[in-house]
This record gives sequence, structure tokens and C-alpha cells, in this order.
Amino acid sequence: MSAPVKQVATGDRAILPEGAKTIPIFVMGKRYEVPETLTIMKAMEYAGFKFLRGAGCRGGICGACPTVYRREGDYKLYFGLACQTVVEPNMYLAQIPFYPANRAVYDIEKIEPVADAIHALYPELFRCVACNNCTKACPMHVEVLDYISAIKQGDIARAARISFDCIQCGMCASRCMGELPQYHIAQLVRRIYGKYIQPKAEHLQKRVTQIESGRYDKALDELQKMDHARLEKIYKEREREPDMVPLGAWMPKDTQYL
Amino acid sequence: MKVSYYPGCTLKTKAKNLEDAAVSSMAALGVDFQELQRWNCCGAVHSLADDDLIHHVAPVRDLVRAMDQGSRQVVTLCSMCYNTLARANLLMRNDEVKRKTINDFMSEETDYHGEVEVVHFLNFLRDTVGWDTLRSRVKASLNGMKVASYYGCTLVRPADVAIEPAGGGKVMNEFIDALGGSPVDFAASTVCCGSYQILAHPEAALEVIGRIIESASSAGAEALILSCPLCEYNLAKKQAELVSSGKISKKLPVYYFTQLLAIALGLGPEASRLDLNEAGSVEFLKAKNFPVESGARA
Amino acid sequence: MLPETAPVRACGLVYPARALTEPLCFLNVKGKRKNMPIEISEKTIKHEFIEKVSQLSGQDIFKCFQCGTCGGACPMSGQMETLPRRIMRMAQLGMEENVSGSETSFTCASCHTCSANCPRGIDLARVMEAVRLLTLRKNVNKINPSKVPAETVRELPQIALVSCFRKLTS
Repeated sequence: MSAPVKQVATGDRAILPEGAKTIPIFVMGKRYEVPETLTIMKAMEYAGFKFLRGAGCRGGICGACPTVYRREGDYKLYFGLACQTVVEPNMYLAQIPFYPANRAVYDIEKIEPVADAIHALYPELFRCVACNNCTKACPMHVEVLDYISAIKQGDIARAARISFDCIQCGMCASRCMGELPQYHIAQLVRRIYGKYIQPKAEHLQKRVTQIESGRYDKALDELQKMDHARLEKIYKEREREPDMVPLGAWMPKDTQYL
Repeated sequence: MKVSYYPGCTLKTKAKNLEDAAVSSMAALGVDFQELQRWNCCGAVHSLADDDLIHHVAPVRDLVRAMDQGSRQVVTLCSMCYNTLARANLLMRNDEVKRKTINDFMSEETDYHGEVEVVHFLNFLRDTVGWDTLRSRVKASLNGMKVASYYGCTLVRPADVAIEPAGGGKVMNEFIDALGGSPVDFAASTVCCGSYQILAHPEAALEVIGRIIESASSAGAEALILSCPLCEYNLAKKQAELVSSGKISKKLPVYYFTQLLAIALGLGPEASRLDLNEAGSVEFLKAKNFPVESGARA
Repeated sequence: MLPETAPVRACGLVYPARALTEPLCFLNVKGKRKNMPIEISEKTIKHEFIEKVSQLSGQDIFKCFQCGTCGGACPMSGQMETLPRRIMRMAQLGMEENVSGSETSFTCASCHTCSANCPRGIDLARVMEAVRLLTLRKNVNKINPSKVPAETVRELPQIALVSCFRKLTS
């Protein structure tokens, strides 16, 4: 292979800044020169890739752009979100926007909020060998093995808590020796926890009832009919709870809607 | 006295009676049983193939967790967990090459060389609590109740992790004796109950389960004790099926050994958790005038 | 048939062919009528299989002298397609298809009763594991976790599911 020609790819987004240093990266085995300041996602677009899948919120929360990469001279696999991970010289990368993991069908209204019900929907849970590859693969640093262990031990609340930061990217499943769909199981766990186990917020329930009973209909109706200038004025002048105020230490002057 | 213990997944759900009875009994004897702060499934069975090291990672990780929290000893209640943890521990102690491979693979954990001692609760009772102490603390003696000790496989095989040497003093019989019961020897006390084959080959498992129950009953046992939730499933939960198919002539009450311990120590139903046992278990003890109530929960 | 003097190599050891072929009349093979002779020759003996079983199990399968104690002690032997002794003999003869094709290793409960009783000190449980793995490693499942009825999963202790999947799925 001859020495690669330094080229500036013409993407529809990133333009090489004046004097910016470029570094080589390898996307699916092919070498590209990209500005060193870019994230993997922007670098790929800079190099001419156009995302049909594998991009979503671009803010590190939707889980659409998980990327697996290696560093030069290192056997280890690293995982990150393309929209959050800055390129490194000579990184080898590929995106895995989707992974064909098993997802059980259930009716959350009818499910029994016990561990057995989760076990029955996902019996492959018991193929876990505790190799911990899931945890190592998680771009959100979720202790995946710990929540899988908690589910096997029947501790739904603990599993829901540990898996809370999961963004459903599927990297855990892609590396699983037992072929578990960890992220789907965790989602079921959080759904069960949220619906049946987590203590209900009573003040919220009270307010929902008030809204449903029509208590705010008149006020909302007035707001809807209000002209733009007036609406903007009262929005800006609205009473706001000061930052860092101790719990219960502040009350608005206007209490007619409480 | 504080003691680290590894419960295992099943003790947290279907075998709460095995765990609750042990923890309450130990509290009554002044032993503070502390569950490991972080643990995973032990893998339930030891991997037997020479190159299959990945299946040793689960039990080794648990032993690393125990070491990391400063425990030199970890007590187990479930026989399968005991067997799996103890054998993985031996491997890490004795096989330098495999130890290195496993430690290298688990690069995110502290290196482990077999520092922790894996002890089954029966041996803990014998060696740390002592039969004489136990005998002196019994408030409701089993009063000659004829109890068969079922060891199954994992407490006695293979020999290098057996809870006592072959032909030893029969630790479970000594346990029954200390509680005031009469141990009943029976031929099938170490015959495998079919284990996980109850799922894959139930007919083969049921055949041997029937033989074990019949063997204990015909030796004169009024009850049978064991320490493994899978044995309990096979030997207790399957009895109704065996009676109706004519494989056994009558039902035999089955208890976790820890439940008889709690009862003999005079602890209440919230400790013995007989509410989780099969029908007939509570009635049998009631008829013997033990203060046990069905349906009581902690 | 193999000439009497031709040596058969297995596990780096040399065995006289005759020692291997003699007790064949006792070897009932699936699909054959009882006690029918079967042909054993250099062509049928899968040396690689013998070596793999020996390596994975760490056992010298040629120590087996066919006493049958294993099957007598085995709690599952009543329902076994082929007795463990026959599995050992067929393994010695490199009869890969017969060994791997038998359900015996998948009916084994890994209880180590055979190992504890073998007068030749063979850890048969390890041989069974080796035979199992040689099938499972071809991405074969002997039980499908997704097809186990939900009520069964809910009822069984976790250790039953974990151990069964470890021994019977790939």
C-alpha cells in the first residue's frame, strides 16, 4: 500500500478549521485524516459518512451511536458513544448501531411484580457466567454484571437502581458470552419497579386529580386566549423558587393555584 | 462474632427458609452472619473441562469480593454454592497456570490465590460453634425424632472438597444428635437426587428421587433434612407427584437442616419459616408439640 | 479388520490393536442388532476425537477395563441410552459418532458417583463433560432456555436453571 494521500473529505457538516491539526483514524479498516478536536461522530461526517442510523440525539443520552474501538498496539476493546468520544490518533473503530438481542413481549399491566416473572420472560439470565464483559463494554459505566446478579437474586429495586443510567445502546449484549439481552431485561425491571414497587409521589397524584377534576381549566383557558406580549410579560414576571432554598422554607405570594 | 457468608441466589427467593433459619439461629447464638456486600451467582456447577476456564470466573469473582472486604472465611449454606466455591478455590490455590490465566482475564479485579477459606455451615457449627455449645443451647429438644440426613452429592463429592473425610463422623448425624434427635442411617443418603436433570430428563430424576425417599422411609425416618435448594425441590416438591404415580408409598416431611436448628433453639415461626415448606411439614412438627404455626411470615 | 500387530496410536501412547478390538461382541451400538460385530479399523478410529476427549477431560481413558462399576453406581443409568462403560469403550475405539450421538453424557447429572467409585481412578464425570462440550461447542443446545415453559422457570430454584444451562447449552 502506498502512502495515503492526505485529503480533506467533503462532508456536509464539518469543515477543517484554519491550521487545525489532523490525525489518522481508521473507520471500518479504512484510513481517514480528521481534525483531532472532533468527536467520532463529527469526524466520520467530516470524512464523508452520512448517518442514516447510528446517530440520534447527539447529546450522549439516546444510545443510538455506540462505537467499539481499539487503540494502536493494544489488544483491548474500548467502547464509547460516537457523539461523546473524541478521536485519538490511529484508533480503529466501527459503530454498532443495532444489536439483535432477544426482547420479550409482555403486558406491563398484567405482569406480576416479582422476580419469577422476570426470570420466566428471560430464562437466558441463568446463562450468565459473570465474565463481566458487559460491564467493561458499557459506555455509560453501568455495573451491568451487578444488576444482572441482583435480578437473579430477586432484588428488583437494586437492579432498577444500578441500571438507571442505561441508555439501551446494546453494547452489553454484543459482548455477552451467555447471549443475554441485559439492557432489555433491565428495562423490564425498571418498568416493573416504576409501576409497582417505587413509592408513589402522593403530592403528584393529588395534583393530577385536581387537574382532572377541572380545577385549572379556567386558568388554562385564560392563558390560551392571552395575546403573545402579555403572555411573555407574565412569564418573565412569574414567581420563581430561589435556587438552593431549604425544603419547605419558601412559599409563593400567590397561593391561589396550590 | 462476625462471620461473612455467601447466600447464593436461590436463598434470596425460593429458599428463604434455608437462609432465614440460619441467620436467626446464629443471632440467637451470638454470631453475626453478615452477607457479602457484593456477590454474583456462583455458577452452581464446577466446570470439569481442562480448557474451560471462563466458567470458573463466577465463583472466583465471589471469592475476590470476599477477600476485598477483608474476609478470611466465607460460610455457605447452599451445598451447590459450597461445592462450586470450594472447588474454584482449590483450583486457584493449586494450579499456577490456570490461576494466572483467570487473574489476567479478570484484570479489573484484585489478583486471587485462594486466600479465602470456604466453609459449609455444617462444618462451621461443628468446628466454630461446637456440638457441646449447641447442645447446651437447645430449648426444644427434638426429643428422639427420627431424622434422616440427606447429603446428596455436593457436600461429599469429590473427595477434595467433601465436608468431612470419607467414613468420617457423619457431621449431619452429629448435628441431629446435638439437637436431641435420633439420626437415622439410610442407604441413599449420598445418592444424587438427579440434580438439574429434573429439568432436562425428569423421568430419570423422578426415578432416583423415589428411591431416595423410599430408602429413608423404610429405614424408619420420620423426617429428612438437607442443605441444598435443588435437592429440596426434587425431594420435597416432587413428592406429591411420586405418591400419585405410586413411586413412593407415603410422603416424608423434608426440612432444611437450619430449620430444625431454629426450632430446637426455641425460635419462632418467623425464624423457622415453615410457611415455605411443603404441605404436611408444619402438621408433622405440630403433632410433635413444637410451637410452629403455618402461614406465619417474618 | 486391523491386523493383530498393527499398533493404534492414541494420546501419544501405543496400544496393540488386538487389545482394543477384543471385547467388541459386548458393545451394543445404536442402530445395530444386539451383539452384532462392528468393524473397527484404522479408517474408523477417530484419533483426533480420542485426543480431544483425553485433553479436555485430563483423563487417560485407556485405563478403563470395562468393569461397569460406573453404570452400576450411576443414579441416572436406568434412563441412560448407553451405559457409561460403553461410552468409555467406544471412546477408546475412537467411535466419535456413536459417542457424540448418544444422549448419555446429556443425561449425566455430574454427581461424581462414577468418579468416586471407579477402581481405575478415572474421573468419568470429566470424560462426560468432555464429550458434552465437543457437541455443545458446535453451537448446539440440548435444551432451549427460551422454550422452557414459563411455569417451570418460575417454579425451579435458580441453581437448577443455572446448572442445567451450563451443562446442556452452548
